[in-house]
Amino acid sequence: MLTKEQAGDVFDRIRKLSSADEVEVLFSGGRFALTRFANNTIHQNVAEENHVVSVRTVFGGRTARATTNKFDDESLQQVVRSSESLARVQHADPDLLPVPDARFAGGADEASAPTQARYFDATAAISPQSRADGVKKIVDVADRHKLTAAGVFSSGEYFEGIFNSRGLRRWHTQTSAEVSITMLAADSSGWQKANSPDVANLDPLRLAETAAQKAVETAHPREVPAGKHTVILEPAAVLDIVGFMFWDYSGMAILDQRSFLTGRIGSRLFGENVTIVDDVAHPLQAGSPFDGEGVLRKKVGLVENGVVKQVVYARSTAERMKRSEYKDSVGPIGATGHGFPLPNEMGEMPLNIVFAPAGDPQTIEQMIASTERGILVTRLWYIREVEPFEKVLTGMTRDGTFLVENGRLQGGVRNFRFNESLIHMLSNIEAMSVPVRACGEESFDMVVPAMKVKEFNFTEVTKF
Amino acid sequence: MKHVANWTLNAAASQGATYADVRVIAQRSRALSTKNGKVGSASDSESVGMNVRVIVDGAWGFAASAELGRGAVEATAARAVEIAKASARVKKENVRLAPEKPAIAEWSTPYTIDPFTISVEQNIELLLRIDAELRSVAGITLAETNLNFSREEQWFASSEGADIHQTKLSTGAGYAAYAFAGSEIQKRSYPNSFGGQWQNKGYELIEELKLVENARRIAEEAVALHKADQCPEGKFDIILDSSQLGLQIHESVGHPIELDRVLGMEANFAGTSFLTLDKLRTLRYGSDLVNVVADARQEHGPGLGTFGFDDEGVAAQCTPIITNGLFTGYLSSRETAHTIGETRSGGTMRAEGWNRLPMIRMTNISLLPGERPLSLEQLIAATDHGILMHTNRSWSIDDKRYNFQFGCEIGWEIKNGKRVRMVKNPSYSGITTEFWNSLDVICSRDDWTLWGTPNCGKGQPQQVMGTGHGAAPARFRGIKVGSAFKGN
Repeated sequence: MLTKEQAGDVFDRIRKLSSADEVEVLFSGGRFALTRFANNTIHQNVAEENHVVSVRTVFGGRTARATTNKFDDESLQQVVRSSESLARVQHADPDLLPVPDARFAGGADEASAPTQARYFDATAAISPQSRADGVKKIVDVADRHKLTAAGVFSSGEYFEGIFNSRGLRRWHTQTSAEVSITMLAADSSGWQKANSPDVANLDPLRLAETAAQKAVETAHPREVPAGKHTVILEPAAVLDIVGFMFWDYSGMAILDQRSFLTGRIGSRLFGENVTIVDDVAHPLQAGSPFDGEGVLRKKVGLVENGVVKQVVYARSTAERMKRSEYKDSVGPIGATGHGFPLPNEMGEMPLNIVFAPAGDPQTIEQMIASTERGILVTRLWYIREVEPFEKVLTGMTRDGTFLVENGRLQGGVRNFRFNESLIHMLSNIEAMSVPVRACGEESFDMVVPAMKVKEFNFTEVTKF
Repeated sequence: MKHVANWTLNAAASQGATYADVRVIAQRSRALSTKNGKVGSASDSESVGMNVRVIVDGAWGFAASAELGRGAVEATAARAVEIAKASARVKKENVRLAPEKPAIAEWSTPYTIDPFTISVEQNIELLLRIDAELRSVAGITLAETNLNFSREEQWFASSEGADIHQTKLSTGAGYAAYAFAGSEIQKRSYPNSFGGQWQNKGYELIEELKLVENARRIAEEAVALHKADQCPEGKFDIILDSSQLGLQIHESVGHPIELDRVLGMEANFAGTSFLTLDKLRTLRYGSDLVNVVADARQEHGPGLGTFGFDDEGVAAQCTPIITNGLFTGYLSSRETAHTIGETRSGGTMRAEGWNRLPMIRMTNISLLPGERPLSLEQLIAATDHGILMHTNRSWSIDDKRYNFQFGCEIGWEIKNGKRVRMVKNPSYSGITTEFWNSLDVICSRDDWTLWGTPNCGKGQPQQVMGTGHGAAPARFRGIKVGSAFKGN
């Protein structure tokens, strides 16, 4: 992998090639491998290595970006030329700020960010053979239960860096391993997924057994009519659905009047048991401690006891907000270290979501035991926004949907379509588990609890 | 690039590969956008690299590298072989490839104007003119525009002797106007939502789209939606415009016919399919009027699924998918063709770039137009009571592709052959085969458009691919409308 020192040399070469007022260079890439299995067979098995350099130049308030994955002199010359020629023909942007120096970006270097170590040699060293061995164990579980397994076992090491002409130099390295398993029976299925920077935190066998158990126990699903049901959402299902609101926790989204929080910051929007922070340093979180301009990410309290307290900001969005009509109604305003690389239209977004633990956490088993009639949901699928201001979302249940009656699981049910307002859902939480690191397919990884929610709005039932 | 291919194939063969193919790819793209009178993004990017796919001990391996020097590509080939040997430890049977006569060919997207020759100043001026038109309408709170161009040059070679050089060009453009008022956000897009219209052609597409000419109307519609009535709930006859119908085809025909899904290869992520193998040539997918093809050939049009050869070196083909309502074909590959009794791949394998594995992707999955001359206005005139819906706003379908729900940006209630009122938040839902069997009229060729979907996601690691969908407006009888808003 590219090292910080090598990247520094590349940056120095680029700096010399550029005549721009300011230069900012992003580095990203790494090594990634993924072993994919289906029908109890490894059917796809891939590996790649790539390094990308992305150059932003600035001429008197005009800026643009060009990107390449070639590091030879001619390619670097070309990428600088492309960035400069694009930048020169832009209109000057009065909101564009000078690139930040370390002092204004939250600290001298990334070492001042309070993140945990996220690079693990054991994860980086995972070989194709060891991934195949892991898959073999998963397939053995499937064979034992007379099921068919599909899924992935992936691993990789990555870097992100940012260097600018005011002397800012940030670098972050990380590893990641992930296991996702679907167990298929004739008319049912079960699913589990987990990831971590440290492969030691993954337990493929336990995931396989749980997915298999779900497939077996939901066999021959019956049809339960759609309607408003009490649901118990496992953490992956919570993650998938709540992830759709965090694009709106952005100063730019408020300024653009595309956020459902417009006019609602400071008011109680959700139940008092909902408290959410964005915290890159949380021990169950992952990712780099700086944003697309190199500003260190701050811990931000987004929701406190159901009241939306503030949103996140890139540097220029914060300055615009301070001059806007909303400045007195959006809570604290200031760069929080959540900006995307410039130039962009979206501004910023919180990406390290952590739900606070409930005062009286319950296990999923306790939630089931206290439910007279409801639906246990393992996973949600194909979620899309139907109505943006009440945050009505639609989607399907998938891979392990159970009927709960009289405090016990009563077998599988056919999958439902939901059309549910996130505001309504987060106002109707009756119980939560201890938050865990969860991952799904509809949203980014976060630290969320399982939730028991009343009056969840299922509108249709599908055929399986 | 021939030398890179030779180094790779020789290295793979010397280490035990019984089959190998190599793709060397150079991609270039430009993305320009504006938001509320300012340039939102301006970026150029290029990505160059190679990959090698091998079969060793009857199992697949794949490795990719951005380095094209001899040592790097030989090491990449060795890595692919090592990976294939690991794959062979968990297999039930050996990979079987349908035979394919190795092609030696050159192919490129036909175009009139290379979009990369149009100055950035000219493009930004166009986008800002559209932006100004949109925001000249009182009530518009957010205007967004975009232009996108890409070129991909690929050299494909295989251990069987294929040697194909292919260059694909694509162009996309569109815009959206948002109106926020009270507690409601309404939106209109042109010529389609989610980035507009995309085709495999040059800058001539931009000139054909009449972007500036339609901007004021689109903005006025976004504002007018605030005063429109909520779309009624119940069972209605509905007419879908061609862009919404294009997405309906994508989700409820294009995905379920992917043979890898049918065979369970996508079960962990994208899902499976209700179209099990027993349904081929037995399932009545739609009414007699429904004829759908998967056509990657240039003569079908400049769709995002148009090419000369797929990424296994198989020439573009046209496969009948639904013939007079009967389900007649899948999208297949060299590895899967035998499972449906075919002796040749349908030629649908494509990869997002040099670092991704080819897999079965939609080409141009198109509903053929009605044979009897019929325009949209004539179809409206022939409808007693129904809802006309335009331009997708939300889309969702289950993981076997049965139950779907779509929302559109704008609708009109039709009574006695006339549009009587605009309605907001129109949506409809149903079960795939019941829906296609309810189709009773399709407009004719003059109203048929080959739409581009630039953002189809599939695979692990996920790949984004462009697909094409030709459609003319059509009417469906007795469809459930409005359940998206039921209970909220």
